[in-house]
Amino acid sequence: MIGSLDLATLQKLWWLLGSVVGSLFLFLTFVQGGQTLIWQLGKNETEKSLIINSIGRKWELTFTTLVLFGGALFAAFPKFYATSFGGAYWVWIAILFTFIVQAVSFEYRKKPENLFGPTVYEAFLFINGVVGILLIGTAVGTFFTGSNFVLNEYNLVKWTTPWRGLEAAQNIFNVSLGIFLVLNARVLGALYLLNNIDFSGMDAFKTRTRNAVLSNFVASLPFLLIVLIGLLTMDGFNIDPATGIVSMMPFKYLKNLIEMPIVLIILLTGLGLVIFAVYSARFQNKDSGIWFAGLGTVLVGLAVFFTAGYNHTPFYPSKADLQSSLTIFNASSSHYTLTAMTYVALIIPVVLAYIAYVWKQMDSKKLKAQELEGPEASENY
Amino acid sequence: MLEQIDLSTVNWARAQFALTAMYHWLFVPLTLGLTFLCAFFETIYVKTGKEEWKELTKFWMKLFGINFAIGVATGIILEFEFGTNWANYSWMVGDIFGAPLAIEGIVAFFLEATFFAVMFFGWNRVSKGFHLLSTWMVAIGSNLSALWILVANGWMQFPTGMAFNPDTARFEMQNFFDVVLSPYAISKFTHATTSGFALSSFFVIAISSYYLARRRHVKMAKRSIAVASVFGLIASLMVAFTGDEAAFIDGKHQPMKLAAMEGLWDGQKNAPVVAFGIVNGMKEPGDFQDPFVVEFKIPGLLSLLANRQAGSFVPGINDLVFGNKDYNITGVTDMIKKGKRAVKYLAEYKAAKKAGDLTKASNALALFNQYKDFLGYGHLDSPKEAVPPVSITFYSFHIMAAVGTGMIIIFLLYLFFTAKGTIERNTWLYPIGILFFVLAYIAGEAGWVVAEVGRQPWAIQGLLPVKVARTDIAPVNVKLTFFMFLITFTLLLIAEVKIMLKQIQIGPKEVK
Ligand code: HDD
Ligand code: HEM
Ligand code: HEM
Repeated sequence: MIGSLDLATLQKLWWLLGSVVGSLFLFLTFVQGGQTLIWQLGKNETEKSLIINSIGRKWELTFTTLVLFGGALFAAFPKFYATSFGGAYWVWIAILFTFIVQAVSFEYRKKPENLFGPTVYEAFLFINGVVGILLIGTAVGTFFTGSNFVLNEYNLVKWTTPWRGLEAAQNIFNVSLGIFLVLNARVLGALYLLNNIDFSGMDAFKTRTRNAVLSNFVASLPFLLIVLIGLLTMDGFNIDPATGIVSMMPFKYLKNLIEMPIVLIILLTGLGLVIFAVYSARFQNKDSGIWFAGLGTVLVGLAVFFTAGYNHTPFYPSKADLQSSLTIFNASSSHYTLTAMTYVALIIPVVLAYIAYVWKQMDSKKLKAQELEGPEASENY
Repeated sequence: MLEQIDLSTVNWARAQFALTAMYHWLFVPLTLGLTFLCAFFETIYVKTGKEEWKELTKFWMKLFGINFAIGVATGIILEFEFGTNWANYSWMVGDIFGAPLAIEGIVAFFLEATFFAVMFFGWNRVSKGFHLLSTWMVAIGSNLSALWILVANGWMQFPTGMAFNPDTARFEMQNFFDVVLSPYAISKFTHATTSGFALSSFFVIAISSYYLARRRHVKMAKRSIAVASVFGLIASLMVAFTGDEAAFIDGKHQPMKLAAMEGLWDGQKNAPVVAFGIVNGMKEPGDFQDPFVVEFKIPGLLSLLANRQAGSFVPGINDLVFGNKDYNITGVTDMIKKGKRAVKYLAEYKAAKKAGDLTKASNALALFNQYKDFLGYGHLDSPKEAVPPVSITFYSFHIMAAVGTGMIIIFLLYLFFTAKGTIERNTWLYPIGILFFVLAYIAGEAGWVVAEVGRQPWAIQGLLPVKVARTDIAPVNVKLTFFMFLITFTLLLIAEVKIMLKQIQIGPKEVK
């Protein structure tokens, strides 16, 4: 069956799969959001410890999703991998750095003789949560605002600014998207903690967490508005389906949403779910908000990626040379490779199933402060 | 294709790759083996129900966790480094090379990441059986990740299952199974994982020997040694066997590497293995200097190793550079000439296509096709460039093989005294066990140096030299990131070692 799919279908399919992995990553950034809340919500060692151990049991999952996002793009859209990572060099290096320091911090923070002391590892976690996510958002922003590169006739990339990607931070849209993602991760982080921790006897801590959900959401609204208004009004990059020529088009992304109403519905449903989650957590004292906000974040992510890549839109446009822009059609792997990878992708449901099963097994009991004390204390983060 | 080549970007990128890969390889082999050892220990616990085995398992797991965190931190850099430092590579071979990396993520990393949390925090949250299963899953997952990355690396050593597409100017996959089941993939996977098992066994043996010497945790140490020496002995025999296989396929597919490994400049029948030697570092292709300052040879062994046939001919570096008609060997000198034509006709084809001149394009393409197998050589400027650094390759190979032979004996000794019940009395063995833990590390790193330095100047053997594979970026950027990685990883390594030593000093919990 898969063997008979034509190239264009496979290219669309792999953009879909990439979008799903990217959007799941955005949901899983509740770990990064939680990392930035440690000092704000944890007023004593027990509370801090609870936060760190709660999100700490999921950090590997988020990290691995990022790795898979990279790997899937490499396999399916190698021209993007080459152009963006080799071109926007410093943005990606900076992102990677924040993930290096994250990877060791949970494990090393409380171990004796850890060279830097716990505060430094907590700072590493904070940096990963703020700078890492901010830059990822900025990088995703360039899917709409474009980058500065030229491809030669051998499809090899030349970047046209010495800033190697950091210039993206001059653009308000890109940065606003980044800040929005940071604040949204904090909303998700607080919601996750509400759901995962047993707060009995710690009412003040719980109230603080509930309030953080709302305050971060409110803080994110101006940035969300900038992003939405920007997206709906900006000139976008358009591919002429007949000639393949890329040109600028007014209100391109608004048109995409109108021409793909399903994407508009996904976007609005996603935003609605996040709002509902915040409302229920803050005003109805519900602890299940993470599931709604998580699904909502995934949907918003999907809508963003769909708008960037479908409907004759180059997903990685070049401002420096419009015709160098990457589309899902010119940046993809060959028909053979995409077919082979699609067979491999059939295993993804199995992976999702065991992740869900283990998650349920591990989180069926909430995390108690008592578990982090006593003789087993040294076995925790 | 590349107008002016700035060599210093390539060299910094190479140095950076070597740095990060070698850091990664400090942690990966320990993960590969220690997860299995933990799984063995825990299986014994579940079968016997004895709390002592549980504490023993938990102790080794804790050390594994400390190692794992930094292994992951170094791994993510490697993956993205293909994009950041080797952008041209990523485009030109991404169609083939990307797939194993993605598969690794899907089938291996998620197994590790998901079950890792159960392994550490699930003792009181899931059933005994499910916990044991999780530990096994982490072991299998980490070794699956080795499988897929080594498929990728094996393909770089011996590219198969693909064809060059002149329109996109890249290589495209033609047969997935050729890539996955290539002899290099299999040899790399078996050799690298078993070497990790051996190294991890020495890790357990070294720490246990330290406890025995201090008369601490005696029971636990003896038990650990019993399991590790069996595992290590089997692994080290496999290491030697698969290492021999690796050299054999090098003889078939990377003869230049094999010649460098043995410092063989002039091909000969009944070629010797140099058991010990000091290389003459000044020697160049075609000159008449002696290859060695001092040497001790075992005649005929290399012919056996390379061809599995006594007295057979093994080509030397000079044969490969200048060609050898008697044995039907095309030299690099010739291949460069043909390669230059391939480069030229490809450019003509591109230009004609752009200009819309279809006849000219198809003529150029036909000519290109005659020479396309030599495209990679067209980027070399002199035949000398095709010779890897001989001394580094030679010494690294010899260190590795010596350690490989030695470690079989050491595992045997540990096993022998354990079986006899006299391991506590043979204290002289302990420092040797600890020494071999260090030597195993050196051997493993040396192995990668053989594999990677020995195939210079190629990023993809015969197809893509490193200087073409690089990113078009000013050297200062790559230099800066080199030092950023150097400082960060070194600090983290110091932290890791300090934490590890402290945990070893604290030791396992004794069950009363
Ligand atoms: C504890 C580590 C260790 C030990 C004792 C040995 N090896 Fe090894 N060797 C490795 C660890 C290693 C490695 C790190 O795993 C390498 C690097 C690349 C690879 O696939 O495995 C390797 C590569 C490697 C290569 C290069 C393969 C290539 O071209 O890609 C050869 C020819 C050998 N080995 C041969 C041997 C022989 C004949 C040994 C004698 C017993 C031996 N190795 C012991
Ligand atoms: C983790 C173990 C590894 C070690 C220790 C290692 C070691 C090295 C070293 C020493 C070099 C520099 C060679 C030179 O410049 O002379 C190098 C280069 C390189 N290696 Fe590896 N390597 C490892 C794994 C891999 C794997 C698994 C791949 C591919 C999947 C790979 C791909 C490359 C590439 C692309 C380069 C740069 C191009 C080149 O210089 O050949 N390496 N590696
Ligand atoms: C250039 C080559 C390599 C790349 C791009 C690479 C990539 C990665 C990445 C991204 C991770 C982190 C995965 C996570 O999220 O958990 C990782 C970890 C790991 N890699 Fe590598 N890797 C390379 C070489 C190797 C080699 C040669 C082996 C084994 C033979 C290996 C085995 C492992 C294992 C077992 C882990 C688990 C973490 C650990 O304990 O180190 N990798 N690698």
